[in-house]
Amino acid sequence: MARSCFSILQRVTLVLVLATAFLGGPAQAQSDSPAELISRLAGADFRETERIVEALAATGDPAVAPVLEALGEGDLFYRRSDNAVFIARRGGAGYLLTDPLTGADAGEAGRREVTKVRVNNSLRRAVRSAIGTLTLQSPDPGVRMAAAEAVLKSRDPEAIGSLDAAIGREQNERVRTVMERARAAAVLNSDASDADKIAAAQTIAEKSDQEARAILMAASNGASAQLGEALAYAVRQVERDLAMWSAAQNVWYGLSLGSVLLLAAIGLAITFGVMGVINMAHGEMVMIGAYVTYVVQEIIRNHAPFLFDLSLLIALPLAFVTAGAVGMAIERGIIRFLYGRPLETLLATWGLSLILQQVVRSLFGPTNQEVGAPSWMSGAFELGGLTLTYGRVWIIVFALAVFAVLVLVLRHTSFGLQMRAVTQNRRMASSMGIRTNWTDALTFGLGSGIAGVAGVALSQIDNVSPNLGQSYIIDSFLVVVFGGVGNLWGTLVGALSLGVLNKFLEPYAGAVLGKILVLVFIILFIQKRPRGLFALKGRAVE
Amino acid sequence: MMMTARFLRLTGTSGLILLACLAAAAIYVPVANQFIPETSLFHVSTASVVVFGKYLCFAMLALSIDLVWGYCGILSLGHGAFFALGGYAMGMHLMREIGPRGVYGNPILPDFMVFLNWEELPWFWHGFDMFWFAMVMVLLVPGALAFVFGFLAFRSRVTGVYLSIITQAMTFALMLAFFRNEMGFGGNNGLTDFKDVLGFDLQADGTRIGLYLLSVLALALMFLICRGIVLSRLGKVLIAVRDAESRTRFIGYRVEHYKLFVFTVSAMMAGVAGALYVPQIGIINPGEFAPANSIEAVVWVAVGGRGTLVGAVIGGIGVNFGKSYFTGALPEIWLFALGGLFVVVTLFMPKGILGVLSQWRRKTAPAETAASTAPRTDEKAEERA
Repeated sequence: MARSCFSILQRVTLVLVLATAFLGGPAQAQSDSPAELISRLAGADFRETERIVEALAATGDPAVAPVLEALGEGDLFYRRSDNAVFIARRGGAGYLLTDPLTGADAGEAGRREVTKVRVNNSLRRAVRSAIGTLTLQSPDPGVRMAAAEAVLKSRDPEAIGSLDAAIGREQNERVRTVMERARAAAVLNSDASDADKIAAAQTIAEKSDQEARAILMAASNGASAQLGEALAYAVRQVERDLAMWSAAQNVWYGLSLGSVLLLAAIGLAITFGVMGVINMAHGEMVMIGAYVTYVVQEIIRNHAPFLFDLSLLIALPLAFVTAGAVGMAIERGIIRFLYGRPLETLLATWGLSLILQQVVRSLFGPTNQEVGAPSWMSGAFELGGLTLTYGRVWIIVFALAVFAVLVLVLRHTSFGLQMRAVTQNRRMASSMGIRTNWTDALTFGLGSGIAGVAGVALSQIDNVSPNLGQSYIIDSFLVVVFGGVGNLWGTLVGALSLGVLNKFLEPYAGAVLGKILVLVFIILFIQKRPRGLFALKGRAVE
Repeated sequence: MMMTARFLRLTGTSGLILLACLAAAAIYVPVANQFIPETSLFHVSTASVVVFGKYLCFAMLALSIDLVWGYCGILSLGHGAFFALGGYAMGMHLMREIGPRGVYGNPILPDFMVFLNWEELPWFWHGFDMFWFAMVMVLLVPGALAFVFGFLAFRSRVTGVYLSIITQAMTFALMLAFFRNEMGFGGNNGLTDFKDVLGFDLQADGTRIGLYLLSVLALALMFLICRGIVLSRLGKVLIAVRDAESRTRFIGYRVEHYKLFVFTVSAMMAGVAGALYVPQIGIINPGEFAPANSIEAVVWVAVGGRGTLVGAVIGGIGVNFGKSYFTGALPEIWLFALGGLFVVVTLFMPKGILGVLSQWRRKTAPAETAASTAPRTDEKAEERA
C-alpha cells in the first residue's frame, strides 16, 4: 500500500518536474547558450564557476559533457589574450588546444599564454553531479545506465532531482531499475524524511548484492530508532540473500569441478571399476583426446575456417575412436598378460603412460597447445545472483550426457550384457558362447574411448600439454575408489560430492589447502569404508 | 667359526658378494679420487663421487621398498615421501647451520624466512640447530607418519591397489603442502645453499668422500638389518602375509601388527636414505614428493628383482646409472627407456634381473647358487661410471 502511494507521489512529482523542464528549459537555453556560459568560465572564481556548472548541466545539451569532464580533470584553460576557453592537452611546445564544444582543433598555445580554470574539491563534486544529470538524459541507453550507476556509487543527494526527471522519461526497463536504485541510494544519503528513507531501503534491498549491503550499512549511521530498525531488517534480508547466492555459486563451482572429475573418472570406472584393471595410463587417454581436438582444430583452421564452431563435435567421435583404439591395443598387447596381477598391471601401465607422454612430446613438442573455444561455448549469463559461463554449463551437460549414455550401454545393449556377464563370471560367460577375450578388449576400448571424449571437453578448460593426463590420474582414482569400485552411480555421486566439497573448503582454506584437506578426507574415508561410498555386496565383491 | 657361519647365514651368498662389492667400492673410490692422477683412466672425479653417493642413497630407498613390497606385499607408492621427509629434516639442520652466513645475514632465520618477512622461527624449526635432534627427527618424522598412516590403513584392512592409491594420494598431498610458502619449508625452492655439516665444508673433497663412505656403510648396515628381519621368525610371518594374508590372520597372527612394524621400519630407512641424499646433492625441494618419483623407485626394485634385497640394490644403482647415462646422451630416449623398462620387466622378467640370472644359471650350471652372478653386473655398472 505504502509502496503504491509512493509511486503515485513519484509520478506526480515527475510530471511537475517534466513540466518545468519543458516550459523553463528553452527559455533559459536562449538566454544562456552553452557557448556563452563556457566563455564566462574564463577568470571566474570558485562560486561563479559552480553556478556556471549548474547552468551548464541545466541546458541538458550532451555536447556540454566533455567540457565538464575536462573541467573536472583540470584540462580546461582560457587564453589570456582573448579569454577564449579551450580544452588543452600537453603537447608540442606548450598545449594543444581544442574547441570545448565542437572538439575542433584550435591550434597550439605556449605555456604562458593560457591559464587553467581552477577547481577545488567541492567544485569537482559539483562537476561530477552535473555530468551525472547530463548523461542521465542521454539518448544512448548505455550512457544513461553508466550515469545511473555513477550516482549509485556516489549516492549524491543532489542527483535526486535529475534522477526523478530521468526516471519519468525512461523507457528502458533495466535502466529504470538501476535509476530507481540509484535514487533510493541518494535518498538514503540525503536528509529526507524517515518514511521516504524506509521506502528507499526497501527499494535497495530488492536486489541483494554487496553494494546494497554497503549502502544500507552506511545509511544506518546516525539513523533514528525507527529507521534504524527498518535498515537493520533490510540489511539482514540482503545478507541472507547474499549468503544464499554465494552458497549457490559455490555449489555451481563445485558441480562444475565435479563434472570435470566425473569426465576424467568415468572411463576409469569402466576399466578399473568394472574390469578391475589398474590403468595408470588412463590420464594419457584423456590427453590423447585433447590432442585429437587440437589436431582437428588445426586442420579446420587451415582448410575450412567456417567449420570452426563444429570442431568439437567433429573431434568427439575421432577422439573416441583414437583413444579407444590405443586402449584396445594396450589391452591386447600388455594388459591381457597381466590379469590377476594388479600390482604388476599398475607398474606396466605407468611405464606405458611415460611412453605415451614422450611420444606426444616428440610429435607436438613439450609446450602447451592452443585449443580455441567455439563461439557457443564462450560468454556467460546471469541467473539471479549467479554468473554462469557457457563453457562450464556445456561441460556439466556433456559429462552428464556421457554418463547417461554409458549407463544405457551397460544396461540395455547386448554388449553391455556380455560385459557384465564376463566380469561377473568369466567361465560361465565363456561357456555361454561369449568371446571373453574380445569382450575384454572392447570393454577396455570403451573405457579408454570415453577417456578420449573427456579429453575433448577438458581441452576447453585445461592446458593441452603432454602432462595433461598426469594431473587427473590421482583425482580420478580417488573418485572411483571413493564412489565405490564397480558402481557407475557411485562414481557420479563421488565426483560431484568431491567437487562440491572442494569448492566449499576453498574459501576457508585456500585452493591448495582445500585440495590437501580433500585428499586427507578421502584417505580417512577409505579407512572407514574401504570399499567406497556404494560398496558392492554379495558374491561380486571377491 | 661359529660367528663366521652365523654371519654367512645372515648375508647369504649373494649378500656376501654384495657386501664385498660395497667394501671394494668403499676402498677404491676414495683412493682413485685422491691418489690416482686425473689423467688416468682409473681416476674418479669428485663429481662422480657425489653421483655414486646419490646412487647409494637410491639403493637404500629401493631396499626399504623391497622390504615392504618384496616380503610383505605392501606396494607403497608413497615411499618417496618418507625419503623426502628424512631429507627435509636433514636440510633443516643444514639450514640452521648456515647461521649468519646467509644472504641476509640473519643469525637465526634462514634466508627464505627473512625474504617472506617472518619475524621468528616457526615452532617446528626449533631444535634443528642441534645435530642429534635432527638425526632423531630423520628417523622419527617418517616413522611417525608411517606409523599413523599404517595404523589407520592396516587396521581397516586397506590392501592391494587401494593401499597403493592412497599412499600415492598421501605423497601427492604432501607435495602440494610443501609447495606452499606458508608451510615454512621454503616453498617452491625448498632448502638449499647449505654451507657445512658438523663444521665440515660440504664442498670440500674430504667431506664428500666422508659422506660417500657413510652412505656405503649405511647401505651395508641396512642390508644386514633387512636380512635380519627377513630371516627371523617375524620375517617368515611377513612372507606368509604376502602370500596369503587371510590365512595368516585365521591361523591367529595379528597381521596388521606385523605389517605396521615392517612399514614403519621401512619408512625410517627411507628417511635415512633421504638424510644422506640431501647433504650430497645440496638441495631438497617439494619435487621429491612427486608421485612419479615413488613409482620410479618401485621399478628399481622390480628391475633388480623383487623380494631379494640384493636385487633392490642392483636395481637402484643400475637404473639410476642408466638414467644418468641416457639423460646425458639421449634425453629424448630416457622416458621411452624407462617406460619400456616398466613394461618389459613386468611382462617378461617378473623376478627381475636376479630372477633371469638364476634361471640362466640353473640351465647352464645347476650346481652353482642362483643369484651369485648378480652383483657382478652391479660392480661393472659402477666401474664403467
